[in-house]
Parts: sequence; structure tokens; C-alpha cells
Amino acid sequence: MKVEQISVFLENKSGRLAEVAEILARSGINIRALSLADTADFGILRLIVKETEKAKQVLKEGGFTVGKTEVIAVEVSDRPGGLAGILNVLNGGGINVEYMYAFVQKSGNNAIIIFRIDGLEKAIDVLQKAGIRILKGEEVYSL
Amino acid sequence: MIWNKEMECMGRKNMQEIQSQRLKKIVSYVYRNCPLYKAKFDSSGVKPSDVKGIKDVQKLPFTVKDDMRDSYPFGLFSSPVGEVKEIHVSSGTTGNPTVVGYTKKDLKLWSEVMARSLCCAGAEPGDRIQIAYGYGLFTGGLGFHYGALEMGLTIIPASSGQTKRQLKLMTDFKPRILGCTPSYALYMADEAREIGLDPRESSWEIGIFGAEPWSDSMRKEIEATWNMLATDVYGLSEIIGPGVAQECRHKDGLHIWSDVFYPEVVNPETGRAAGEGEAGELVITTLTKSGIPLIRYRTRDNVSITHEKCRCGRTSPRISKIRGRTDDMIVVRGINVFPSQIEHVLLAIEGTQPHYQLIVDRKAGEMDELEILVEVEEKVFSDEVRKLQVLEEKIRKEIASVLSISAKVKLVEPRTIERSEGKAKRVIDRRKL
Repeated sequence: MKVEQISVFLENKSGRLAEVAEILARSGINIRALSLADTADFGILRLIVKETEKAKQVLKEGGFTVGKTEVIAVEVSDRPGGLAGILNVLNGGGINVEYMYAFVQKSGNNAIIIFRIDGLEKAIDVLQKAGIRILKGEEVYSL
Repeated sequence: MIWNKEMECMGRKNMQEIQSQRLKKIVSYVYRNCPLYKAKFDSSGVKPSDVKGIKDVQKLPFTVKDDMRDSYPFGLFSSPVGEVKEIHVSSGTTGNPTVVGYTKKDLKLWSEVMARSLCCAGAEPGDRIQIAYGYGLFTGGLGFHYGALEMGLTIIPASSGQTKRQLKLMTDFKPRILGCTPSYALYMADEAREIGLDPRESSWEIGIFGAEPWSDSMRKEIEATWNMLATDVYGLSEIIGPGVAQECRHKDGLHIWSDVFYPEVVNPETGRAAGEGEAGELVITTLTKSGIPLIRYRTRDNVSITHEKCRCGRTSPRISKIRGRTDDMIVVRGINVFPSQIEHVLLAIEGTQPHYQLIVDRKAGEMDELEILVEVEEKVFSDEVRKLQVLEEKIRKEIASVLSISAKVKLVEPRTIERSEGKAKRVIDRRKL
């Protein structure tokens, strides 16, 4: 049910994001999903890739600070109110979302939302009880 | 093991007798052979015959770093240049570099004091030592080398840098002793983990770290990381290089070899003697050197001194760990800031390894600004922006409370901060003062 996500510390200097992309490209690692959070001084890039360990290793060798966390990927129907429904379920279960990002699948009518939550087990439980589909790691990696 | 029991464990009265004899001799030697010293003595109205005992050292004029720079290259030599067997040069950030020359006798002295220092740290003849200080013009590598040779260690002269090779040498040859800068020791630990080595399993049992100021909290970090005893070695090229003073296993001050390097602690403002245990600037007179003997050399290192006998049995006076160098010290908005204070704060905040740099700037018509760059290590990194901002804020608040100064804290990527000879550049002063 859980998906591995790597995060990379980036200084706000030109070319750093390109450097990450370049390193991954050279190692033949395809990015499944990504989001970038930034402040005035620094940014945090979050990535979902198929080869998590390899990506982590090559980025570290490239001199980056890299972390690994677990997130969940939830399927939501691609229509107005789709996201609101899920957030209501989480809110109702007393679950706090640290951050989230979404992407739309190439095929099909559904969007996928990645949630970073403290207390993943509980969130999975709450979502499943509400009949919301949570994607398995392999499903996300092979999107 | 104590290398030179006679000199290291001598009673104070006998020691003063030896120091007195040696001082008289060296003062008349420099007066006769070094025009710069003759001029210095003459202009302060002291004659060599005024020096009757070690206490009279206080009558003599100080020697400062600028004397060395201004007399570049040979002006401070007391021996004929032809008798000098080895020359070391330290890079000068402003003006001329500092040059030091060793006669054959000086090299013998260097071997002796480094042998004492290595033994003091806990080395035993037959041990292997990995010397990861730079070899070359820098005194670190060769100083350790001569001492290790003198006391009968097996030397792995790795020099500085090439971290993967250092780790391989350690793994393959299993040296018990490591000599390098303290920041390089921590740097190597990161690298070790990356290639899948557990630093706690290393063969190094004793580290002899120096060439840059470091704090007790950094010591704890190194000891925990490498599972070794981390001792402090003190030295400066002007005096001899490494081997001026060294901690024993009790880590309760650095034993200074006062039969050859006579220490005083003075108030840096007034030049007057500080009391026992009182902080001040370390001033050293080299009692037996022949190439470039220095009289009352102001080291700019802030220490205190004690003459109490150490638990290890040595009676040599002990200087405290360097509390900062006055040339490292920066005055920001009127407040003295030592990089070691910042380091302390960073270490106290859980997990933050001390890779940091202070940048001071002053824009036209504005106040000084202090910015602290801190490298984000994996241990403190989070994928959540909020947590990193909390970290920044925590560092900022701690610094404000310790230094009474507000600073901007900026998290930067690992290895952003320049390291040379494994020595991190701690302060960048961009003010045009």
C-alpha cells in the first residue's frame, strides 16, 4: 500500500534541478512523479521513481543530500469534487496531511494523488473503509 | 609510555633552572646573529646581560607575525642560510607568506617533540600510524613523519585528501593511530558510510587531531563516530610545526614541552602576564632552536595554563584547548565571535555535523551582517519544508542566545563549503574595513 519517495535538498541556485535530472537521466532512471517545494533559500524535490535505491545512491554520489520516506498514492476520479471527497474522509478520520501532489494518468479517467501523512497505517485504514482505492507501490512505479 | 621521562616529569625548580640557562643562551645568540633582534632589543633598551633567569623573559620585546612577514624571506634567521636544511612556507592570505627554516639541530628537536607528543597521545613503538596531514610545504605531514620515525612507528604517509584511498589504507593496513585535521576525520566518516564501511569498526584507536581549532563537542562527535580516542595536538609553523603541545589520554589540557618552548599567557590588550588558569594569549619563546629562534612569539591563540601535575605523571605545564584564534575571531557589530562558539551550538542541536561557514558583510551605510551557512546532512534532512525551517530557526535562536547577536542561517548542500588540506575555511569577511 505504501509507496517509496525520495527527497533531495536543493539550494536555490541556478542549475541544481537540472543537475538532478541529468544525474537520473545518465543512470537511466525515469521519473514517475515529482513535486518541488521551495522557500527563499532552499527547495525540496520529491520524486517517485521505480529504482528508489539506485536513484538515492547516484544522487548521493553526485553530492546531494537525499532522504527516503513513505507516502501513499490514492486514485481519485478526474471530475469536480473528486479531491474534496478524499480530503473529507481524511479530515473525518482526524488525519493531518503534511503535503500532497497530484498527477493525471496518461490513460483512464482517474487522477492520482500522493499524500505525505504522519501515521500512514491509520490513513490507509480510514481510506479503505471509505472504499477509496489506494495504489500499490508497483502500480505507481510502472505507471 | 613517556618518551623523555627526565624532561617531561621534572620538578618545577629544576625545570626553571634549565629554562633559565637556555634563555640566557638563546637571547645572546639571537642578539649576536639576527640584526632584527638586535634592533628590537636595542630599541626597547634591554641587553642580553639583563637576562639572568627565566623570570626575566618578561623584560623582552614580543615578536609578532608581521615581524616574520616583513622580514621575508630570510630576515629572521639567526643561523647562516646555508645551515638551514629544510624550509617550510605557509600561505599568506595577506602580504608575504611566512617562512620557517630548520637547521639539522632543529629537525632533531622537531623529531623529539613530535615523538613525545605521539607517545603522550598513547602511541607505542611498533604501532602503525596513518599520517593524513598534507606533506609538503605545510608542516603537518613531515612533522608527524619525523616524530613517528624517531619513536619507532610504522608510517603510512598517506598525506591529505583522496578519502577513498585513505579508507582503503586503513582497512588493509589496520593502523592504530590516525593523524589529520578534526574536520577531515568527520568528513571521512561520511565517505566511509557511503561506501558501506562502519566507522565504528575501524582500526584507528587513537586520533591525533590538530591544525585547526575544534571544540569538545566535536571531540565527542569524532569519538562516537569512529569509536576512538580523539586527542588534540597543538603547534604552529613559526614555533616548529605540530608537536608544541599534546593531550594525553586524560584529555585534561595539552602538555606543552616547556623545556624547549617556554610558554607565557598574557593579556592580549596590555601584554601583562595572566594568572594561573586565567585566559589570555599564548606567547612562546623557543629556548633551543638555532634556525629561527623566536623570542616571546605572540601566537594569537587564546588559552589558559596550569602547572599542576597531571594524572599521567607528567609535570609539564598544560595549556587549555585553544579557545579560538584571534585571527579567526571576528568582531561583528562590536561583539567578538569565535567560530568555535558557532560550532558548539551546531553540535548541541542534535545531529548537525559542524560543516559551517561564517560570512560577514557590511553594505554601505548599514550594520554588519552575519550569515551562517550550514551544510544539510542526511541526519537532519527532512522532506518537509516546515521541519527544515524549524531547524534553521532553532540554530538562529541558539546563536542569538549564546552570542547575543542575530545571524541569518542558511542551509546549504553538502560539500558546498570549501575545504583545503581538509581544513575548512570557517570565516569569510567581506567587509571593507
